[in-house]
Amino acid sequence: MEKEGKGSSQKMIEIIGACKSFGRVRALIDVTMHVNRGEVVVIIGPSGSGKSTLLRCINHLEVLDSGTIIVDGIPLTDEKTNINAVRAEVGMVFQQFNLFPHLTALENITLAQRVVRKRSKEEAEHIAYELLKKVGIPEKAHAYPMQLSGGQQQRVAIARALAMQPKIMLFDEPTSALDPEMIKEVLDVMLDLAREGMTMVVVSHEMGFARAAADRIIFMDAGRIIEETTPEELFTAPKHERTRQFLSKILH
Amino acid sequence: MTEQVQPLEEAPPQSRLLGRLASVDRWWLLVLAAVGLIFLLVKASPHPYEEIFNFLTDGIVMTLQITLTSFIFILIVGMFGGLGRLSRSWLIKGIASLYVEVIRGIPLLVQLLFIWFAMPQIFEKIGYLLMPYWPNAGQWFIDLKLQPFSAAVLGITICYGAYMSEIFRAGIQSIHHGQMEAARSLGMTYVQAMRYVILPQAVRVILPPVGNEFVTLLKDSSLVSVLAVADLTRRGREYMSRTFLSFETWTMVALIYLVLTLTFTRLTSALERRMSLGQRR
Repeated sequence: MEKEGKGSSQKMIEIIGACKSFGRVRALIDVTMHVNRGEVVVIIGPSGSGKSTLLRCINHLEVLDSGTIIVDGIPLTDEKTNINAVRAEVGMVFQQFNLFPHLTALENITLAQRVVRKRSKEEAEHIAYELLKKVGIPEKAHAYPMQLSGGQQQRVAIARALAMQPKIMLFDEPTSALDPEMIKEVLDVMLDLAREGMTMVVVSHEMGFARAAADRIIFMDAGRIIEETTPEELFTAPKHERTRQFLSKILH
Repeated sequence: MTEQVQPLEEAPPQSRLLGRLASVDRWWLLVLAAVGLIFLLVKASPHPYEEIFNFLTDGIVMTLQITLTSFIFILIVGMFGGLGRLSRSWLIKGIASLYVEVIRGIPLLVQLLFIWFAMPQIFEKIGYLLMPYWPNAGQWFIDLKLQPFSAAVLGITICYGAYMSEIFRAGIQSIHHGQMEAARSLGMTYVQAMRYVILPQAVRVILPPVGNEFVTLLKDSSLVSVLAVADLTRRGREYMSRTFLSFETWTMVALIYLVLTLTFTRLTSALERRMSLGQRR
């Protein structure tokens, strides 16, 4: 691959003319956007607007009907592309955490390191302990997911994705399934990541996070990008009527 | 969502232990009762019961050998059959589905009779067809004679493999699709995700039906007595035709089957308990 040559370009993710339908439902209609290296992009929009689908396409969990997605210079739509190699560079955090319930927190974080990255047990565990410390729950290394609170589970899930040392992190409504008092602990970890310069795409309605960390906010509705702007502009002077309506509903 | 259900059962350890002992003991008593009855019969009237029991011992060993050997193959066939039915390739899926649907529609006894009596003819035909082009292979097919034991294991495996495929399929499907997505998003291949994430979880789910299949198989293995395999049932028939002691012989055979099935039922539920405790540790 020409990963090295193209990898130094500004654009980390480039999406051109993406279309995706589920049966008759058109989830993405001609979506074009990009994410620069080190940028934090927050995607908002009503449910069914295609924001999660867009995120899942970047990880190839959904396959586009037409259009192109280029991740770090590698086109996902190219048949020769090794999708697994690309995925290892793109971390994903899910709304429902999706931790592996039969493994401890530590094993959750070491599994892919050992299987995909072929790291030794010692190295993988060392990295896992460091990451558990980073997300603030080093004492939970040997706990099983069902023994952890939602917030702790989501932090383990973030650590699991970070263990692959990804170039991009995708967050699919990471706090939507959490009790209110646990949202902050997860957002704090995400804020730290943003400050460290991680390239992030976040689907979330946490406007506090968007204000504090986002470089850009994308508003989607009915499968299209309606507005693409900075947090300041969005909150003070949204350009589109649809955006204004949506914001008035989520900002009480 | 799988990780959110099942809150920890926080019973005081002592009462949980007592409860477990009580529930285990009660059912093991039934096993003991059956063993005791056999012992009593053998001791109270060694004629004919001790003689029958000694005559049947070979049969017990054979029944266990057939059951255990077949079961290993059944698990392998079941795993690949189940994965095959979930395959994205229509060819693999089609073959697996056809296998399951056809085999489930034919009684085990008929399948065994087919393999034992009809297969040699098929092999012979194939042999003669191959003869002009590839004499060695042709001769190999003509000479091919399945031993009764292999024929029995083959027949049982083909039949039970179909049922086991369905159990594996259901077990794999019961694992939330988010697990596969999480594994794939970390860069694992489909095979790696199956091996390290999906199957270990599916095994816990399918353990009860698999244990059930094992006990059913133990009983159904009596059908192989039609293939000249000297299993427990066949030995019983041999003894009866020699002595005409029908009641005594079949009572003893039935009691031995009962002890075997009850024992294995207990063992599988003990295994289930240990597996679910392991996850909760």
